[in-house]
Amino acid sequence: MIKFIKSLLVIAIVATMSGCAKIGEEDMEKKEVAISAAASLTDALNELKIIFEDEHDDVSVTLNFGSSRKLATQIEQGATADIFLSASMEDMERLKEHGLVNETTMVEFTENSLVLITNKVVNNPVSSFEQLGTARFDHISMGEPDTVPAGRYGKEVLKHLQLWAPLRDKLVLGSDVRQVLTHVEMGNADYGIVYASDAKTSDKVIVVAEADPSWHTNIVYPGSVMSDSVHPTEAQDFLDLLSGKKGRAVLQKYGFK
Amino acid sequence: MDYSPLLLSLKVAAISTTVVFISGVFFARVLARKQFFGKSMIEAIFMLPLVLPPTVVGFALLLLFGKHGWIGKWLIDWFDVQIVFTWLGAVIASIVVSFPLMYQSAAAAFNSLDDRLENAARTLGASEWRVFRTISFPLAWPGLLAGLVLSFARGLGEFGATLMLAGYIPGKTDTIPMSIYFAVESGQMEKAAFWVVIIVALGFSTILWLNWWSRRNMQRYTNENRSR
Repeated sequence: MIKFIKSLLVIAIVATMSGCAKIGEEDMEKKEVAISAAASLTDALNELKIIFEDEHDDVSVTLNFGSSRKLATQIEQGATADIFLSASMEDMERLKEHGLVNETTMVEFTENSLVLITNKVVNNPVSSFEQLGTARFDHISMGEPDTVPAGRYGKEVLKHLQLWAPLRDKLVLGSDVRQVLTHVEMGNADYGIVYASDAKTSDKVIVVAEADPSWHTNIVYPGSVMSDSVHPTEAQDFLDLLSGKKGRAVLQKYGFK
Repeated sequence: MDYSPLLLSLKVAAISTTVVFISGVFFARVLARKQFFGKSMIEAIFMLPLVLPPTVVGFALLLLFGKHGWIGKWLIDWFDVQIVFTWLGAVIASIVVSFPLMYQSAAAAFNSLDDRLENAARTLGASEWRVFRTISFPLAWPGLLAGLVLSFARGLGEFGATLMLAGYIPGKTDTIPMSIYFAVESGQMEKAAFWVVIIVALGFSTILWLNWWSRRNMQRYTNENRSR
């Protein structure tokens, strides 16, 4: 028993030391730009990180993904970030009120749209949001409106089309967009409402319709350098890249506008 | 205020605890003190839901019980019963995550009781069922009760796998933990606090009642046997 505990201790110590050594070597003289970004931006930002680090040898970018609401709360409670890239204006505004945002740097760097998706196994799927009112199906999935931004916009669309009340019993609400995609991918829900960019991350779903932008609040993505950023110049450089031509090209590749 | 989550949670926890208790006791009794090739394999599979993250369990259950899953498709074709996105999904999820707790407690209880007592009863001509009913079960009861309480508590609080399999359909599949989660996430702290108080009271009183009930039952049991 004692032998076992001893060997556990040795493993723990070795693991800790090797961890320290690694961090020390890599980032000794590099400036670290920490980005907190909405989870929907994952693929696009991973690609832009490589482009940015190629252009700036002395900078390393760390990405922290999560729901915009959670990230804003983290930053409010003192988590360090140089840049905040949000999927909703509301969360950016909240940080602005607390004076955590360098307001002059704020840009709306992209937009997203809402789409209706289905699975290959659904026979004769609808081809528009309006047809949901008359079509026969069991379940439609979307994010929970009070907690998931995509769900909030989805509710706006359904309300605008006067489908919210009739579809209530068929609505399966997910705690995040990934869950909605899973339900549709596996054919448990016949339809789903997600962002165009999310639909692009799955090759098992088919987009059948895009919501008219006038049916819901504009889905803009605001980004900003934080007021207590350690490397504001480098952070600004990244924001410029993101909202510039190269950034737009990458974002479009992943379904953004 | 909509009270449907309370009724649903009670229904789900009650059914799942009953199923888990009976099946857990059965498997533990059958496998107790037996050594055969593959036993540790079976036990490892039984314990798996305990170590896997709830979302992984939920995903696995979707694969099995989804509309196009192996079991789910069969259930729909033959019995017209749909598991996914119904309250039955919540029951299945609760059963799967609480079974390891029941099995583990029951196995420990059966393994630790004195098998000479069982053998003595057998030499006196008692049937296997009678040995179980009058010797093994009462002797193992404290351990079984612990398992019962643990699995009820786990079933009542189950969230992750339930959200995946039963989905969140307000008024149809919203258990108390789900109501709490979405209330907290959307900042409705009063609603969340209300359900927290309810679920704490529920868990607390259930455990108190079970303890009281088992003590009373045990007393009666020992008295009966003595007077015989």
